[in-house]
Amino acid sequence: MTNAEMPIVANPPAAKQHGHAHKERRWQDYFTFNTDHKVIGIQYLVTSFIFYLIGGVMADVMRTELATPASDLVPPEMYNNLLTLHGTIMIFMWIVPAGAGLGNYLIPLMIGARDMAFPKLNALAFWMIPIGGVMLVGSLLIEAPQAGWTSYPPLSLVSGKVGEGIWIFSLLILGTSSILGAINFLTTILKMRVPSMGLNDMPVFCWSMLSTSALILLSTPVLAGALILLAFDLLVGTAFFNPLGGGDPIVYQHMFWFYSHPAVYIMILPLFGAISDIIPVHSRKPLFGYRAVAYSSVAIAFLGLIVWAHHMFTSGTPAWLRMFFMITTMVIAVPTGIKIFSWLGTMWGGKISLNSAMLFAMGFVGMFVIGGISGVMVASVPFDIHVHDTYFIVAHLHYVLFGGSVFGIFAAIYHWFPKMTGRMMNEPLGQIHFVLTLIGMNLTFMPMHKLGLMGMNRRIAMYDPRFTSLNQMATVGAYILAVSTFPFLINAIWSWWKGKPAADNPWNALTLEWMTTSPPAIENFEVLPVITHGPYDYGVDPEHDNRENEPPLTSPELQPDSSPLS
Amino acid sequence: MQGSIEGTAVDRVGQQYQTDSAAAHEEHPDHRIFGIIVFLVAESMIFLGLFVAYLTFRAVYPSWPPEGTPERELLLPGINTILLVSSSFVIHQADTAIKNNNVAKFRAWFAATGLMGAIFLVGQLYEYFHLEFGLKTNLYASTFYVLTGFHGLHVLFGLILILAVLWRSRSQNHYSSQHHFGIEAAELYWHFVDVVWVILFVLLYLL
Repeated sequence: MTNAEMPIVANPPAAKQHGHAHKERRWQDYFTFNTDHKVIGIQYLVTSFIFYLIGGVMADVMRTELATPASDLVPPEMYNNLLTLHGTIMIFMWIVPAGAGLGNYLIPLMIGARDMAFPKLNALAFWMIPIGGVMLVGSLLIEAPQAGWTSYPPLSLVSGKVGEGIWIFSLLILGTSSILGAINFLTTILKMRVPSMGLNDMPVFCWSMLSTSALILLSTPVLAGALILLAFDLLVGTAFFNPLGGGDPIVYQHMFWFYSHPAVYIMILPLFGAISDIIPVHSRKPLFGYRAVAYSSVAIAFLGLIVWAHHMFTSGTPAWLRMFFMITTMVIAVPTGIKIFSWLGTMWGGKISLNSAMLFAMGFVGMFVIGGISGVMVASVPFDIHVHDTYFIVAHLHYVLFGGSVFGIFAAIYHWFPKMTGRMMNEPLGQIHFVLTLIGMNLTFMPMHKLGLMGMNRRIAMYDPRFTSLNQMATVGAYILAVSTFPFLINAIWSWWKGKPAADNPWNALTLEWMTTSPPAIENFEVLPVITHGPYDYGVDPEHDNRENEPPLTSPELQPDSSPLS
Repeated sequence: MQGSIEGTAVDRVGQQYQTDSAAAHEEHPDHRIFGIIVFLVAESMIFLGLFVAYLTFRAVYPSWPPEGTPERELLLPGINTILLVSSSFVIHQADTAIKNNNVAKFRAWFAATGLMGAIFLVGQLYEYFHLEFGLKTNLYASTFYVLTGFHGLHVLFGLILILAVLWRSRSQNHYSSQHHFGIEAAELYWHFVDVVWVILFVLLYLL
C-alpha cells in the first residue's frame, strides 16, 4: 500500500459535515485574523523570522562598532538603544514566538485535534506580537529604550521616559500574548487529545510544550506585576523601586528574574521537544528512553522556577541564599543531561541521514552542550562573581540561545517544512546554510569566553585595545552569520513557491502529524485517528529494510501488542 | 506489507474510525471551564507577585506603615468585605437556579450580585476620596492604591461580565440547565476576585 492509498489521510467528507467544504486555503488567509491553528503557526513563524532579521541587523551594527576599540560608528546612546532592542527583540519577538509558532502548528496535529481549544483567543494572541514588535522597533524613530533588556531601576527610571515607557508597554502586550498562548496550549494538550491518546502516548514535543506553557503561566504574570510597578515609578512618580523614595530596586530584580530565568527554559524547552522528535526520525531508531525524556521536561520546568536568584549573586544576596540557588541551578544539569544522553543513545547505531534537519539537530546538541557546560560554570558562586557582567556571560547565553534555540528552530523548520507547505526544501542550500551558521556562530561567540575571562565588560561600546583581535574575530563571525541567512531565505521562499512536491510522510516518521496530507486539510484529519500504540516507533523504508535478523529496536514497554513489524 | 511503514502506521492508528466527527467533538469534556481556571491561575500569579513584593517592601522598610501614615478607617472597608464575601454566596445561588432551569431566579440572583459589586466599587471610590494620603505619599500609600486599584479594576471587569451574561440572557434567552458556561465562568471569576480581596484586606488593613 502506498501513502496515497492510506485510508486515514484525505479530507473532504468530514469537512463537509462541518460546512467548511467550500473553504480552500488562500494566500490572503495569512494576512488576516484567521483562526486556523496552522495559519496562525505560520504567521508566528514568519513574523518572528522577520524580527530575527531585524535583531540580527542590530547585532551586526554593534559588532561593527566593536571591531575597533573606539566608539566611532554610532553615538553611544544609539549603541545602548541597539543593545536594548537587540536583546528584547531576539527574546520576545523571535525565539519565544517561534516556539509558540511551532507549537501552534504541530500540537493539534500531533494529538489528533481539529484545532486549538480557543481558536479566536489564539488569533488574538498572535496579532499582539506584531503590535508589540512595531512599537519596539518604531521606538527608534521617537526615542528608543536604552536601559538594557533587563531594564533595571534606577537606571531605567532616569534613562529616558518615552523610550522606557514604550518598552514597558510593548512588553506587557507581548507578555499577555504569551500568557493567552499558554492557556490555549495547556487546555488543548490536556483536554483535546483524541480519546485514545493518554498523556504517555503523546510525542515528546507535546510534553515540552506542556511544560513550557506551565512555566509561562506561572512566571510571566509576575513580570507583568513588576512592569506595572515600574510603569508607576516611571510615569506617576511613585517609588516602589526608587531608592530615593525609600523603594527597593532589588525587589524588581527578583520579580524580573522570576520570569526571565524561566524564560530561558521557555525558549529552549520547545526546541528540546522538537529535537527529540527529529533525531529519531532521521536516525531510523525510536527515541531512547521516552518517559525519561518526557518527564525531564517537567523536571526542568519545575527547577527553572526556583533558581532565578542565580542572576543576582552580585546583588548583595546573603550567602545561605546563594548556596540554595547555586545547588538548585546545578541540579538542572541532571534532567538536561538525561535529554542529551537520550539523543546520543538514539543516534547510537542508527542509520543517520545527514540532511539539513538532522545537521541542525546535531549542531543543536553540540552547541547546547557547550552552553550548558559554561552554564554549570557560572552557576557556581565564586566563578560567577568573577565573570559577572563580562563577555563570558554573553558567550554562555549565546551558546544556549543561538547554538541551542536558533539551531533548534532551523532544524524544526527543515524537518516540518514539507508538512507545512507540501514542498521539499533544497538540500544543498540547506547544508550550505548549516555550515555557514556553524562556522559563523563559533567564530562569533567562542572568542567571547576568552574576552570575558580577560575581563572585558559586556554592554559597552568602547574597550581596552588589548581586546581588539578577539573582538575582530567575533565581528567577522557575525558577518558570516549575516551571510548565512541568505541561503536559508532563498531556500525557504523558492521551495515554498516552486519546490519539489512533498509526500504526505517524506521522512517516514511515525507521529500523527504525518498521517494526514501535506499540507494538512483545514480540519486536519478526515476521521480522527485511534491510537493503539505508544507515540514512538520508527518508520522503515520497505526497500531498505534489512533488519530481519536484528533484534527488535522498539521497546516492548511502548508496544504492548506484538510488534507490527515482525 | 510486512515491515513496511504504511502497515505500521495503519496498525498504530487502528482500523476503527469514528465516522461522525461531530460526535468526536463531544467526546471532549467541556474544556472551556478548564481554560477559565488556567486563566485564573495566571491572574493569581500577578497578584501573588504583587503580594510578595508588598511583603518585601514591608520587611525591608524601617517601620511599617511608614511614620506619618494616618490611621486607616476600618468600618467602610469592613462593610465592603462583608458585602463582597456574601456576594459569592449570592452568585452561587444563581448557578444553582440555572441548573434547576429556573431562569427568572437566576437573573434575580445575578442582578443582586452585580448590585453588590457596584456598591463595593462605589464604597472603594468613596474611601479613595476621603483618605488622608495620596498615591505618592510613601511606599505604603503607593502599594495601597496600586493593589486596591488593580483589584478594583478586576471587580469592574467582573461587573461587565455579569452585565454581559444578563444581557445575553434577556435578549437571546441564552442560558438553560444544559447550557450555562457563561454563568459558570462569571461565577468562578467572581469567587477569584473575592478571595483576592480577602487577602488584600488582611494584608493592607489588618496586619
